Amino acid sequence: MADPAVTLPAGAGAVGREALGPSGPKPRHVFSRRNIFLYGTLFVMAVYYLLPLYVMVVTSLKGMPEIRLGNIFAPPLEITFEPWVKAWATACTGLNCDGLSRGFWNSVRITVPSVLLSIAIASVNGYALANWRFKGADTFFVILIVGAFIPYQVMIYPIVIILREIGLYGSLSGLVIVHSIFGMPILTLLFRNYFASMPEELFRAARVDGAGFWGIFLRIMAPMSLPIFVVAIILQVTGIWNDFLFGVVYTRPDTYPMTVQLNNIVNSVQGVKEYNVNMAATILTGLVPLIVYFISGKLFVRGIAAGAVKG
Amino acid sequence: MSKSERPNPLFRNLNAKVASIPMILTASVVFVGGTLWTVLYSFTNSKLLPRLNFVGLDQYYRLWSTPRWLISIENLLIYGAISLVFSLVIGFLLAALLDQKIRFEDTFRTIFLYPFALSFIVTGLVWQWLLNPDFGIQHVVRDLGWTSFSFDPLYNSSIVIYGISIAALWQGTGLIMCLMLAGLRGIDEDIWKAARVDGIPMWKTYLFIVIPMMRPVFITTLVIIASGIVKVYDLVVAQTSGGPGIASEVPAKYVYDYMFFAQNLGQGFAASTMMLLSVVIVIVPWAYLEFGGKKRG
Repeated sequence: MADPAVTLPAGAGAVGREALGPSGPKPRHVFSRRNIFLYGTLFVMAVYYLLPLYVMVVTSLKGMPEIRLGNIFAPPLEITFEPWVKAWATACTGLNCDGLSRGFWNSVRITVPSVLLSIAIASVNGYALANWRFKGADTFFVILIVGAFIPYQVMIYPIVIILREIGLYGSLSGLVIVHSIFGMPILTLLFRNYFASMPEELFRAARVDGAGFWGIFLRIMAPMSLPIFVVAIILQVTGIWNDFLFGVVYTRPDTYPMTVQLNNIVNSVQGVKEYNVNMAATILTGLVPLIVYFISGKLFVRGIAAGAVKG
Repeated sequence: MSKSERPNPLFRNLNAKVASIPMILTASVVFVGGTLWTVLYSFTNSKLLPRLNFVGLDQYYRLWSTPRWLISIENLLIYGAISLVFSLVIGFLLAALLDQKIRFEDTFRTIFLYPFALSFIVTGLVWQWLLNPDFGIQHVVRDLGWTSFSFDPLYNSSIVIYGISIAALWQGTGLIMCLMLAGLRGIDEDIWKAARVDGIPMWKTYLFIVIPMMRPVFITTLVIIASGIVKVYDLVVAQTSGGPGIASEVPAKYVYDYMFFAQNLGQGFAASTMMLLSVVIVIVPWAYLEFGGKKRG
């Protein structure tokens, strides 16, 4: 991570001490008591954190007879991908038996526009707050940030009424609006701080050259802040994909996002419990944020650290 | 920005104002308007539809005499205490271990943080499976020979909330670790050197020098954990659906169920107002310490 442009304002994130060169105590023996304790503890903790993932994968690859007889930690004797196929294509929720695939595509149709819309709104907001401050702007900003702490339960019903009035209650567009609203505080903060940390001269020079509000934003500010856009995308994709509450409140059964459908499949009371199918479905739902997490690596850490510390 | 000579100040900086309309609407209509609306309607006897039929504090009296709400509050307090203490302790310890200039730091961090990328629904369902008494940990230990071993938190109403807390800790401690690690990395290297020169043992340096220096990090972490505690909902829905019976109910679920299933909006509004109140009690002193002091001093 040598790219200096990735550095966030006020140095959130937990990297970069390697650059200091040789320092600290002189190297000790590899098998000193300290090292055994240190790595031993870390290893045990790592096992604890990895175990659920391992059990999920292992269970999803077993057949039901093997699960009934065996031990959840044992690796599968006979690997079968049938539970995965069933979870994706034929698992039932209520009367619908077309599997999680429907929820997956609903989630895609919710997440993509929500991410784009919320970031578009928040980046322009942050830019206006950092560079074009107008009277009263800060008041709304403070309300926005304070609003981020209000429990969602306080606001869900008024939003139901608003969405019903404009005819979007129960539709995917309604949910997209809800996600854009609740993503706004943290993202606006993120963008405002980032734009505020950019050199003031840049902005002034563009002003002197006659560029206006949108011109400066589209041609100068946005292209220069790609890293923060990436951080925002990571935050929003995982956040919106993992949402359950808004999905269950603002959509109908045929437009349920994946998390809601997953919960309905696994916790349905009818029928025989098929634990292998349940675990396959659980992994499938967790896959998108996990992939985002493993690909983005340190940027993910920066995203949550920036978001959390500042929020 | 210099003062413009244009006559109407409303049109000055017009583009910025137009661009901020979504923010202004969100802040004023949804956040302020929505909150006031909910608080106002919590004093009415709205059932299926919101109606302005004021009944004073009746909804609150009913709320605080409903066993389910009392259990929800009790669960929230236990869950909150556990999350607060253990995620701070475990998060800090993990961060301190990772801060020892160890090898594979990135690998360990990736492992500790990955659950945070998963939703509470996924977390809840995995731990429901691990804690399943017929197949999960209890079954495995019994197969090893301890046939009387009993560990079924999700089916035992007196300890079910601890079962939920285990899953929550698994999901959330990685984040706390990251915040703490960022805080530890912010401590000046010279402090460590000075402590070492003075011969102060490591644990003492942490306890009496480093942790007090990390006060701001601890406070923000505390606020993050606290606001997460009040919101806990999906995890309970996925893991136990509030059961066995009503033993693992939480306030957020109470609100949702009364608003959308029991068709008793007034109760839902009163309960959500109580949630708001609890957040205010946590946030206001923090905001005062964090921002109030700076502005005045």
